Amino acid sequence: MSPTRNSAAGRKRIDHALLFAALGDETRLALITKLASGEPRSISQLTAGSKLTRQAITKHLRVLETAGVVRGVREGRESRFELDARPIEGLKEYLKSVSEQWDRALGRLKAFVER
Amino acid sequence: MSDRIERRIELKAPVSRVWRALTDYREFGEWFRVNLEGPFVEGQVSRGMITYPGYEYLKWEALVQKMEPEKLFSFTWGHVKSFDRETYTGDYSNAPATLVEFRLEPTKDGTLLTLTESGFDQLPDDFREEAFRRNDGGWTEQMKNIEKHVANSK
Repeated sequence: MSPTRNSAAGRKRIDHALLFAALGDETRLALITKLASGEPRSISQLTAGSKLTRQAITKHLRVLETAGVVRGVREGRESRFELDARPIEGLKEYLKSVSEQWDRALGRLKAFVER
Repeated sequence: MSDRIERRIELKAPVSRVWRALTDYREFGEWFRVNLEGPFVEGQVSRGMITYPGYEYLKWEALVQKMEPEKLFSFTWGHVKSFDRETYTGDYSNAPATLVEFRLEPTKDGTLLTLTESGFDQLPDDFREEAFRRNDGGWTEQMKNIEKHVANSK
């Protein structure tokens, strides 16, 4: 492995830990759900209907931004936020493929001990 | 979203039978499809070669964590990015690892086996389904290709 690839992997690994941490919070998951339509939303839109203050919502959005699942886009004087689902999708796919392999391995184990 | 995989499966065989299938290296090798060099020993690295047809060039390497008779068998293993024949290095020394645990509980009809694999938050971003993992990742991909093919030709 070349040093470049090594450092890239190291950086991404931190991202992933951040991603899990970022998603392990109800408020942030709710924000992700609101953004899931694909439409960029302003902080006011995201705060509407929530008990939290604008500042608190902004803080949560920054956490999601750092983890790489939300992108801030400036539109005039206002910041809008949009979802970047790629990190979540990539991880979900990998977990799914590992799960499927376990399903098959456990199926073989079952046949093996029950025969 | 979870960073772990969990599977519970009922086996119609006594706990002692399941324990042997999991921890006797020859029996493990038979259903997992790996040719292991020697017995599993706590704290020691287990090595071998995958026997799944087409993937015999893949190495098996795991560090045995716990062997609590008829209760818990666990090991850690590394995940490498590529299982393609061209790019597979077989070097697991810097590979991010996950923990695999098999827990056994006796039931009325046999054994409840709980498998967990945890620690996926240690894996870099570019682990995808195309990363052929262990013995039959390639088959997953093939099945998807077939599904796609069938769906498209409808």
